[in-house]
Amino acid sequence: MMEKLIFGRYIPGDSFVHRLDPRTKLLGAISFIVIIFLANNWLTYGVLALFTLLAIYLSGIDRNFFVNGVRPLIWLILFTVVLQVLFTGGETVYVDWGPLVISKEGLINGVYIFVRFILIIFMSTLLTLTTMPLSLTDAIEFLLRPFAAMKMPVHEIALMLSIALRFVPTLMDETEKIMNAQRARGIDFGQGNVFEQMKSIVPLLIPLFVSSFNRAEELATAMEARGYKGGEGRSRYRQLLWTQKDTLVMVSFGLLAVMLYILKA
Amino acid sequence: MDNIITLNNIMFRYLEEEERPALNGISLSIERGEWVAIIGPNGSGKSTLAKTINGLIEPDTGEVTVSGLLLNEENIWDIRAKVGMVFQNPDNQFVGSTVEDDVAFGLENQGIPREEMQRRIRYALDKVQMTDFADREPARLSGGQKQRVAIAGIVALQPEIIILDEATSMLDPKGRNEVLSTVKDVKKRENLSVLSITHDIDEAAAANRVLVIQEGKVVREGTPEEIFSYGEQLIEMGLDLPFPERLKASLKKEGLDVPNEYLTEEGMVDFLWTLHSEM
Amino acid sequence: MDITFRDVGYTYQKGTPFESKALYDIQLSIKDGSYTAIVGHTGSGKSTILQHLNALRKPTEGSVQIGDRTITPTTDNKNLKGLRKKVGIVFQFPEAQLFEETVGKDIAFGPKNFGVGEAEAEAITKRILPLVGLDETFLDRSPFDLSGGQMRRVAIAGVLALEPEVLVLDEPTAGLDPQGRKDIMDVFYRLHKDQGLTIVLVTHQMDDVADYADHMIVLESGTVKKEGHPREIFQQAEWLESKQLGVPAAVKFANTIQKKFGWEFKQLPLTTDELAKEIAVFMKTHKQKGSKGRAEGDSL
Repeated sequence: MMEKLIFGRYIPGDSFVHRLDPRTKLLGAISFIVIIFLANNWLTYGVLALFTLLAIYLSGIDRNFFVNGVRPLIWLILFTVVLQVLFTGGETVYVDWGPLVISKEGLINGVYIFVRFILIIFMSTLLTLTTMPLSLTDAIEFLLRPFAAMKMPVHEIALMLSIALRFVPTLMDETEKIMNAQRARGIDFGQGNVFEQMKSIVPLLIPLFVSSFNRAEELATAMEARGYKGGEGRSRYRQLLWTQKDTLVMVSFGLLAVMLYILKA
Repeated sequence: MDNIITLNNIMFRYLEEEERPALNGISLSIERGEWVAIIGPNGSGKSTLAKTINGLIEPDTGEVTVSGLLLNEENIWDIRAKVGMVFQNPDNQFVGSTVEDDVAFGLENQGIPREEMQRRIRYALDKVQMTDFADREPARLSGGQKQRVAIAGIVALQPEIIILDEATSMLDPKGRNEVLSTVKDVKKRENLSVLSITHDIDEAAAANRVLVIQEGKVVREGTPEEIFSYGEQLIEMGLDLPFPERLKASLKKEGLDVPNEYLTEEGMVDFLWTLHSEM
Repeated sequence: MDITFRDVGYTYQKGTPFESKALYDIQLSIKDGSYTAIVGHTGSGKSTILQHLNALRKPTEGSVQIGDRTITPTTDNKNLKGLRKKVGIVFQFPEAQLFEETVGKDIAFGPKNFGVGEAEAEAITKRILPLVGLDETFLDRSPFDLSGGQMRRVAIAGVLALEPEVLVLDEPTAGLDPQGRKDIMDVFYRLHKDQGLTIVLVTHQMDDVADYADHMIVLESGTVKKEGHPREIFQQAEWLESKQLGVPAAVKFANTIQKKFGWEFKQLPLTTDELAKEIAVFMKTHKQKGSKGRAEGDSL
């Protein structure tokens, strides 16, 4: 089940996109999501699609990864698209079922929504596939830094994030181990009615909580033993390096925004 | 005598109402450069003892002195910088998302400047032979490799003593050998003292001195050879029987006369050789 | 109940970009009533094989026959539950699977999942508890208040309560102290001897293999490298040492003195007791020939 999850994984590499500063990639992905809402006609969506394909090409990552990244979400996307189609009124009506209408405008709108979903997923998949989780945390910490003045515990948040990310594979393994152990004791996960499924989750959740608490406690002890006493007086090993490439990429996102503003209807 | 660690009459209860204290008046000292192994059955207080040394646990009564400093609120962080600890579960002490980040963690805590960190991380990873793994994530390492990274994290801090709290007990034999030989090597090069809490016979044999703890007290003390000669009683002390001891017991059953003192494997071969030539 | 692997291959995450192959053309058989040891390094495919033994995983190639059921890549996921009752698996650090409020409930959890009634589940629990060296005072205690060794026993009891025909053990003594290790290994050996339970033991401890197993499988990088009686396999001490798998201490010592003293044992001693017997025999026969040997100017 979890083995098939691609979103959120990192694939080591040395491509143009891999070598960008994580701040660039994070800011880029965020601005892409904002820019995409400017698009409202075939031309603007076409430009965005080309831009995305270029970014994927520059990452040197097999496009299957992106297609697979969409798969777990496909039903959610289709559901949203169908809602859009059915509830968008329009002039050229093909089918009319009282409140539910299929119109030309509705269909086009559905396609737009679909493309918007796909492009956003591709871009965020690109971000996580090419950026080490740790670098992402560094980028988040950097971008949050102005809030430190407002007493926001930026260092602690960043450390929490990076520890959480570091423990994701450990907890995934643990979950699978416990599931196997309980299946061997006769539990069928994901079978039966809702009530039975809810019940079958208890023998999984309780051991997971217990072991997570134990891990947390041991980790806290180990951190303390290694001299951790909060963010004060700490130095930093990781440094973010902004290069010309990053400036170039940020400028191209700016150009993209301007282009969409001009081309949109 | 130059003691790196002195414990003086330590008493500790996890809960006040507990009848039997976890540590029941322990006094011991470890000389600079010495390797001391602590053995004892599960629940005898070994790990609690280790945690009092760097102030992870505050004893109810008694004094802890590390490298001439009497442990108290003010110098606890100085003492933690001198004492490196490797814990049992390799997964639950790995803080960084990659090997080098994990080694860096302790250095960052000390506020070491970045250039110095880079130098020390390179050095430490080289000492535990993990240089090629610097950018790996913990999920892709074996248990033995994770523990070696933990040791690198300690070496980088240039401590005076390293405490192994059952650090090899969750590893397979290969990982155990890796970690043990790494500790031996690092101890020699960095001129460290070692305190190892263990059930492993090879780890105990590497020590200069073995302390046996039972019910929160030191009940026996001696060189590994002296302790190993207790034979069958070793199991109650939380240690496996060394092979020569097992063989001696079996030979006795076969009606052969065997010496009482502890023999190493080579000693056993020599003994059999003499016996065989005398006949 | 026999378990037979025929040309079994297994690929993780088949059909994704993360695809990785863990097992290649595995042929092996675990005979009813045997005590089989599976050895190999981390990543050799041990745990993948283990999950095939009760169809927690289905082979992606070949077939696994468990008793009269044959599991192939296309076997339906339903109706596999019966198999899980016949083949019980004690996973590594099984105490991680405990979740009920009381020891009694946790042990009864498995049987109840297989449709055993409340009263009978309780009877089974009471019968199993002494087998793992615990008494009835534990029944109403919370499993989370027990010591590590006791939790391990409760978890093992939870699998024994399924009353399986085959018991699979994945490093059941990892992390225990020597006394705890010995106690637990004795429990399994008694079940094997007294009740004829088929046992599959995954282990790194070659001494345990020598002491208990009558069948041995050596795995490396997802393939079976050796299969046979431990005595045959431990003959190849050099090969095992070169793979960093090691041999039992008695075998190692026997080889040393055979080489040094120019002895040749009738059969390779696997355990310390066997070794002591062989040594005693040598000492006695040498004694008889001793005077003659010396007269002729023994070169030893």
